[in-house]
Amino acid sequence: MVSFLARGHTKQVYKRMLTPLHKQLLNDFQRDFPLSSRPYQDIAITLGVSEDKVLSALTELYDNNFISRIGPIIPPNHIGVSTLAAMAVPEQQLQAVADKISAYPEVNHNYEREHTFNLWFVAIASDAGHLQAVLDAIELETGYKTMSMPLLNDFFIDLGFKLDLHNA
Amino acid sequence: MLDDRDRQLLEHVQQGLPVCPKPYAEIGAALAMSEAEVIERLTRLKQKGLIKRMGVIVKHQELGYRANAMIVWNVPDNLVKQLGGHISRFAFVTLCYQRPRQAEWPYNLYCMIHGKDRATVLAQLEQLNIACGLTGFDREILFSRRCFKQRGAIYQRESGFSRENRG
Repeated sequence: MVSFLARGHTKQVYKRMLTPLHKQLLNDFQRDFPLSSRPYQDIAITLGVSEDKVLSALTELYDNNFISRIGPIIPPNHIGVSTLAAMAVPEQQLQAVADKISAYPEVNHNYEREHTFNLWFVAIASDAGHLQAVLDAIELETGYKTMSMPLLNDFFIDLGFKLDLHNA
Repeated sequence: MLDDRDRQLLEHVQQGLPVCPKPYAEIGAALAMSEAEVIERLTRLKQKGLIKRMGVIVKHQELGYRANAMIVWNVPDNLVKQLGGHISRFAFVTLCYQRPRQAEWPYNLYCMIHGKDRATVLAQLEQLNIACGLTGFDREILFSRRCFKQRGAIYQRESGFSRENRG
């Protein structure tokens, strides 16, 4: 098994160590992942390698933080409700405020962005009441106001993202 | 459309399919469901569009896509759907939503672009502006800096805000 974990190497070096199998797994199975008893074996057959090779390569991709997970992308607002919330937080307090917000299990994305509104997070809950309660609790705990923009329409048809890995 | 078992299954599988020979059987074992039921339910959810796609979810940033911009426009409400549909057709766009305007935030159309660097993202945005006729509308470009958290949605039902790190 290839190890990417040698310390002192830069991310560039890890990237150059992606094998053709890694690249195929990253690009060719973002959608239509097999819904069968042995999905990794099905992939292995498609790629002409062993199931063990596929399992180790995926483990390596996980270990190196190249994949977030294998799973479903669910269209927003079909289960529960979500909102994008923004806050304007002074730079020196940003990390502390962000950590408090990230600690909420209802928050699944939390980013710093270049703007006066510099902290952007997505919160999701099973109903609108719970979602509002989360935002209220966050405001109370952090002392900053949130601007909440719930999703109205999703126009995006998610087919995955074609990665250009030719230099990787 | 979704029964309780579907919800339980989605909540579980959203955390990631295990990397082992029979991942659906393993998920089923945790939920007292047979492997066949797990596969049947996921297949049905996908057919009904309640799963947009099923597969590998990559970390763009770790794979060299360092620039990530959220672009917001203020467009007339009667054009949002048409423009959103058009924007969504570009391969470099990774999200496209309508959201309500707020007092301090007049924007109603959002899209996300992931690219290898800022210049690429800005060039792609320019391409989008011209192709979709967006040049005349007020807009802002918000590049991301730090990512504090990114993971699949977990639909919290219980109140009381139990913290992740405390279980």
